[in-house]
Amino acid sequence: MPQHELILLKNMMQPGYTGSLQDYEKAGGYQALRNTLGKIAPADVTAIVRKSGLRGRGGAGFPTGVKWGFLPKDYQGPRYLCCNADESEPGTFKDRQLMERDPHQVLEGILLACYAIGAESAYIYIRGEMVLGSKILEQAIREARTGGYIGKNILGTGIHADVWVHRGAGAYICGEETALLESLEGKRGLPRIKPPFPATHGLYNKPTVVNNVETLANLPHIMNRGAEWFAAIGSPPKSTGTRVFCVSGHVKRPGNYEVPMGVTVRELVYEHAGGMRSDKPLKAFIPGGASAPFLTPAHLDVKLDFEHVATAGSMLGSGGVTVMEEGTSMVWAALRLMEFFYHESCGKCSPCREGSSWLVQTLRRILAKRGRMQDLETLLDLCKNIAGRTVCAFGDAEVAPIQSTLKHWRQEYVDLIHEAEAANLIRPEPARTT
Amino acid sequence: MTFLDKHKDEIAEILSRYPVKRSALIPLLYVAQHDQGYVSESAMQEIARLLGLTPPQVYETVTFYTMFNLKPVGKFHIQVCKSLMCALIGSDTMIGWIKTKLGIAPGESTADGLFTLSAVECLAACGTGPMMQINEDYYERVTEDKLDHILADLRSTGTSALKSGPFMWPEPVNSKE
Repeated sequence: MPQHELILLKNMMQPGYTGSLQDYEKAGGYQALRNTLGKIAPADVTAIVRKSGLRGRGGAGFPTGVKWGFLPKDYQGPRYLCCNADESEPGTFKDRQLMERDPHQVLEGILLACYAIGAESAYIYIRGEMVLGSKILEQAIREARTGGYIGKNILGTGIHADVWVHRGAGAYICGEETALLESLEGKRGLPRIKPPFPATHGLYNKPTVVNNVETLANLPHIMNRGAEWFAAIGSPPKSTGTRVFCVSGHVKRPGNYEVPMGVTVRELVYEHAGGMRSDKPLKAFIPGGASAPFLTPAHLDVKLDFEHVATAGSMLGSGGVTVMEEGTSMVWAALRLMEFFYHESCGKCSPCREGSSWLVQTLRRILAKRGRMQDLETLLDLCKNIAGRTVCAFGDAEVAPIQSTLKHWRQEYVDLIHEAEAANLIRPEPARTT
Repeated sequence: MTFLDKHKDEIAEILSRYPVKRSALIPLLYVAQHDQGYVSESAMQEIARLLGLTPPQVYETVTFYTMFNLKPVGKFHIQVCKSLMCALIGSDTMIGWIKTKLGIAPGESTADGLFTLSAVECLAACGTGPMMQINEDYYERVTEDKLDHILADLRSTGTSALKSGPFMWPEPVNSKE
């Protein structure tokens, strides 16, 4: 198996590493903070991060340094940092590991980001179900406060930053950054219309940055080892650094694997995750969480970086790679994901709220062998009218499973409909009365 | 005594985290749910008064989030992930086991009020499915045998050592925990 240098998972892979402050310091932790606060100007920290090429690890892949640069330079009031730990994208379970096994790495990243953007308050918005993770983070915050890394006058530099854990309560949409802000303000998690963007009008209408856990966890390493070092890892110039890929589904060894961006799906699935769990070959995979379109065995040599996955017709998204073996019904798989989206649609925009319900009903009918050929047109028509017509990217995400399975495995839909027709299971159209 | 009085210190600490009071709403709802097992109407009214909100403002927020129970649930709330990633590796089978063992379908509670079963969407444990959350704890890589042990543990002691600790999967090769 090709061995790659671990960055984010390095500490936790050491035998006996507990993630305590003591262990983290022993492994060189908080050195980046010591060497940065008051020694490198905040604007220069932003410049370093921009130069490293670091892009958001939550799903959208927006360059982190550029995002920070959007904050107004001359604004005098408070600014906020929100750490997006609402990991809810089906297929993704990396942030949970980063927070529960090495919480100080995330905290150091948060503190560096606070310094760079001039924020004195940071909220970690963690998904409500992760009770253990929130307790571990709260414990780590207490340790860091005692150690002088969090609070007033950090390490004697005169810089202040406070960090709090804020638990969500079970809504996928709160991973969308403006819905997260609404939720953090104690409201329903409905995405906001953009612009204005959080950089100018974020939490409490103040300049705000929302960064993913894994994105922030990279910061101490970039500050320690330099932008050039980071920018040389992976698939420069556009996809730098490593990714913690979460492999799930029909593989022998599912789990989190940190590899440089640009390794192929084949390497990730067959080398790291041990290949398929049985002798059934791979039939389909999703490269970047439930919102990413399905790909086929023909795409196994696609490099897992932002550009190559996009060219292949999908997206790198959150790094959740789900593998399905031969024999898996693609109509069933699409329905399972569609049921997720139907359940999680926040209800703000009608195309998504109503459309997700129609999509689920139509898919259920086809799978129950009561479909008719026009249903396929209906599905595609619905998808077309949802994608791009909603306030947030949820609309684009929810049509991905259906559009991509219809593109690559249309015959499975057709076969189910033919079965329905052969068994004469379709109810005739009611006669029109007018 | 109202629940606000009962948890005065905790609530004061929560309020101190935010420059705007309403941000404390979800944390306070958790305090209420922890206190009573669900969020009662009187708790919502107390919270509304404390935060300077109208009761509907509290209600609209409570009902948006799936983790708040508006009605009492069983002492052990079993939530099985049914999303695609877990479904690929047997979550439907697992729901079947629970149905047989406890005689309840998703959405139902046992007559003794001990267990409530729900089928829920992704809980971010896709590499270690099939999995379930019972109250605050995750249980992963569940097998039928493991399920039997967990249910027996819960009945006898109220907790189970089979719950997940800090997550890491796969485990490092040299460390045997």
